[in-house]
Amino acid sequence: MKPGSDKNSGSQGAALELWHKQVLRKKKIKNARTLVRICLATMAAACFAVLFLMPIVLTITNSFMSASEISANYGQVFATTDSGGKMYISEKVNLKFIPDMVSFGQYITVLLKSPEYLLKFWNSVILVVPIVVFQLLVAAGAAFGFTRYRGRVKEMIFFIYIILMLMPYQVTLVPNYLVSQWLHVLDTNWAIWLPGIFSPFAVYLLTKYMRRIPVSMMEAAQIDGAGEWQIFRKICMPLCKGAMCSIAILIFIDYWNMVEQPLILLSDAEKHPLSVFLSKINAGEIGLAFAVATIYMVPPILVFLYGEDYLVEGITYQGGIKG
Amino acid sequence: MHFHMNRKQRKKKAGSSPRTRRGKLVSAGYLLPSAIGVLLFFVLPFMIVIYYSVVDNPISGQFVFLDNFIMVFNNSAFKQAAVNTLTFSAVSVPLAVVLSLFLAMMLESKMPFKSQFRTFFLSPMMVPIASVVLIWQVLFHYNGMMNEIIGLFGADKVDWLNSSYAQVVIVVLFLWKNLGYNMILFMAALSSIPKDIIEVAVLESAKSYQIFWHIKLRYMSSTILFVTIMSLINSFKVFREIYLLKGEYPYPTMYMLQHFMNNTFGRLDYQKMSAAAIMMAVVMVIIIGILFLTENHFGKDVEG
Repeated sequence: MKPGSDKNSGSQGAALELWHKQVLRKKKIKNARTLVRICLATMAAACFAVLFLMPIVLTITNSFMSASEISANYGQVFATTDSGGKMYISEKVNLKFIPDMVSFGQYITVLLKSPEYLLKFWNSVILVVPIVVFQLLVAAGAAFGFTRYRGRVKEMIFFIYIILMLMPYQVTLVPNYLVSQWLHVLDTNWAIWLPGIFSPFAVYLLTKYMRRIPVSMMEAAQIDGAGEWQIFRKICMPLCKGAMCSIAILIFIDYWNMVEQPLILLSDAEKHPLSVFLSKINAGEIGLAFAVATIYMVPPILVFLYGEDYLVEGITYQGGIKG
Repeated sequence: MHFHMNRKQRKKKAGSSPRTRRGKLVSAGYLLPSAIGVLLFFVLPFMIVIYYSVVDNPISGQFVFLDNFIMVFNNSAFKQAAVNTLTFSAVSVPLAVVLSLFLAMMLESKMPFKSQFRTFFLSPMMVPIASVVLIWQVLFHYNGMMNEIIGLFGADKVDWLNSSYAQVVIVVLFLWKNLGYNMILFMAALSSIPKDIIEVAVLESAKSYQIFWHIKLRYMSSTILFVTIMSLINSFKVFREIYLLKGEYPYPTMYMLQHFMNNTFGRLDYQKMSAAAIMMAVVMVIIIGILFLTENHFGKDVEG
């Protein structure tokens, strides 16, 4: 070892150290920057979260106010909307997050004293549940049909399904109305059930999912002597369980929220679901309305809490991004 | 690639043995209930609707070609509804796409409570509109909270639901309801972008906006298309909010095509309804077609 080389390596070491320091400093700046960015993003997300949650939380907290508190706070909102929106009182509308006194009075009235709300709630259940169940059943078969032995004809039919799925209500309602009229089911629940059950939505989604099952799996089963029913029952259905849950949730949210169909297909207001009936609550019962609104939110919120991951999965399949 | 191979393999086998032929028949049988239902409840009545739209009335069946369309098109209520709906969609759909992409990017970055935020953003999708409509009424009332808030900044009171500002309100409601859904789609798309491509770009010292613009957006083009189409379809559903807020005849700028349809249903004017439905279907097909072509043009250099 020569001293020169040693000296050389020393200066190199110094340069290296300097470079290292610079890198470290840069990293520190970068770290600080990412930290700031994360803080900003979190704050922005929190702001959005407040905006997104506020209406829901407010509805729930307001449902625990007593009737007198509600009418003192919002009486004029609903009074003015009823009288055509001309006459305004200068008094403020008090939007409160927390009731002065928590009261279950509204709930007691809804549940025990005014059966019409529960009746409408029951209407919603009666209208929605069969659609969810039978749309899934019909769709399971159809998706299997679309998955096995794909040919040009099937692809064309599938294309029609896609087009139909993309059509807005405004377009499909007229055909729905005509069919209900011919079948003499107008003003009965069948007018909502039948188009709902045969809606192409679930078929489309489930087909997309089922087509991702490797063909080799089904062919192997076939070689082992399984018939179509066994392939359907023993391979496709178990593999599609998750997807079925996702789709069930999506169908449920959609129909639990329905407004257009009952308005047109059920002229008898007695048969209307709660989603339509809630808008017809008169000014004297706003307090009740909050309680009813909260009750109406409960099933979808429970479904959401239980199946959020299924829901997310379902949306993702819909976009056809996964896989 | 994989997909094509499968298809070729299947083609080789198809139509050979009686067993496959039987399988084909059976699988068609599985399809049958749904196909009959769709035929009966959607396709056939749609054909009838097309027929109704070009005849004088269903009983005489006098062919009048485009008269019904012209009549509907000259109807002032229809014109207003169409203009309102198109304006609303033209404003709200791009906003829904951009804002939800922003939310998705936000949740993509490193930050705490990600899954909680996702839950929060998604929750409006679950809540029935009828349930929250009361709160919207309170918020956007003339003496409501919105006006108090803008009053803090010295702005004048606005009668949100009974003035031309009503459009703003329904855009807000629409975004509130639909951003979460779109965000989930974008989050899935963002996570499916190959990591190595972004790493290479970072190594080549690409700026983050360049990565976003040239890589992420390109890879997400099909998702952007899908989100746009879904937002467009959902934007036609905004009738629900408006109906629940203001009933059958809201402030003129909130009068949507669905209002027109509902009110025409009331009069059972089949020709008018049919013509309006067909016109909407055609417009929908054209818009979706244009979107597909645009996506093809921009997304063709990336696979998948």
